Amino acid sequence: MSQYIEWDALGNIVLWGLIVGAGLPTLFALGVRAVEGPGARDEEGHIPTFRKILGGLCFGIAALAVVGAIAYIAAGGH
Amino acid sequence: MEPVTESLLLLVVVATALAFDFTNGFHDTGNAMATSIATRALKPKQAVLLSASLNLVGAFLSLTVAATIATGIVDADVVTLGVVLAGLAGGIIWNLVTWLLGLPSSSSHALIGGVVGAVLAAAGAQGVLWDGLISKVLIPALIAPIVAIAVASVGTRLVTRFTRDVEQDSNDRLFRWGQIGSASLVSLAHGTNDAQKSMGIILLALIAAGAVPEDSGVPFWVILSCALAMALGTYLGGWRVIRTLGKGLVELESRQGMAAETSSAAVILLSSHFGYSLSTTHVATGSILGSGVGMKGASVRWSVAGRMFLAWLITVPCAGLVGAAAYGLGAVVGGGVGSFVVFGALIAVSGAIWYMSKKEPVGHHNVNDEWAPQEDNESILAESVVDHNMKLMRVSKKGKRRKVKGMR
Repeated sequence: MSQYIEWDALGNIVLWGLIVGAGLPTLFALGVRAVEGPGARDEEGHIPTFRKILGGLCFGIAALAVVGAIAYIAAGGH
Repeated sequence: MEPVTESLLLLVVVATALAFDFTNGFHDTGNAMATSIATRALKPKQAVLLSASLNLVGAFLSLTVAATIATGIVDADVVTLGVVLAGLAGGIIWNLVTWLLGLPSSSSHALIGGVVGAVLAAAGAQGVLWDGLISKVLIPALIAPIVAIAVASVGTRLVTRFTRDVEQDSNDRLFRWGQIGSASLVSLAHGTNDAQKSMGIILLALIAAGAVPEDSGVPFWVILSCALAMALGTYLGGWRVIRTLGKGLVELESRQGMAAETSSAAVILLSSHFGYSLSTTHVATGSILGSGVGMKGASVRWSVAGRMFLAWLITVPCAGLVGAAAYGLGAVVGGGVGSFVVFGALIAVSGAIWYMSKKEPVGHHNVNDEWAPQEDNESILAESVVDHNMKLMRVSKKGKRRKVKGMR
């Protein structure tokens, strides 16, 4: 079978796929939880600064990943 | 061959390559945009416009076009203009048939299948590199959905776990953006990858006809016309395929859509990075299935998925049959005229398929309709009264449960 399947490449795709493809949505979900999760807003409906920063960090990393992916496509690395 | 016939032949091949490019965009809109349309993150028209623009941009983004077709799968020496034309015809017809049936299937596999069939007809079995066909096309078609299902189901499970006690409104509002971002990436990658295939084919045809020198880059008009053909196809939208992907497999909400599209984008880009090309269509479909597997309480319509898997398995042989038939037709008529006959037949068959699609049109107006309208309790009751048949009310155990649920 090994002549038909490139196991190395496949293993890398699965590993990095899980890290990036499942990790980024999870990070995004943590960001959502930070700014809109239970207890995120005080009585007046404001979101505390540390939660905003935490959420911004999560969304920021996700946005950076998108920019990085565009750069990667543009660089012809696909 | 006379120079006039030859340049006409070149024209036919270029037109057919652009037509394939068009069906490619048309067929693959759903890969990027089906989830965003189904979860109403974007309106159907907005979604196809965004996807078309990004495909257009993607086509200009990177120009590492190689003038090769089905490298490592068929013997490069037997690829003539006639073979390319027949292969394109096979790819186009298969794309249109699967579109008519609303089945997502890989455009590149359709093209490869068409070329393989044409090569078989032209040069026999030794023209095909069977090991290459198995390892580069057939096995990846089985692996791609498995990888994508795994990644997307893990992603969906984690996402829904962390946001299970966040209000649905907040989830929808925020995940919408994540979904649009990741879907845009899939569109961009598609434009870059797939428009280049058609550019490569046209360049190959130009070189073969001596219209440009052998070491020529891609002329600007080729880039522009390929980009436009694909963007136009994307904009017109293969609504039938979009509907199957967005509504047929899983009932999606924005969290699942976001997890599915991110998984698609990641797996597609990683697979090309590691040099193990997986089809965009197979990955996107697998990701959507995975987002159903990973979501507690969501059900996946495996019967629809099964029809798709079947379509993927027969893509190469079926497109191959059409490709072989097209090559045969061209060879029987012979010469330049043969190519025109093939081109004419292609137009006729495409027209017939388009005509058949008009009987049950799917468009932006009904793309999000319920997949299978559930029979409500009243209509089941009414039917049993009208037919004087009490047994109609006892549909099945599953049906009973559904009724109890519905009455709550």
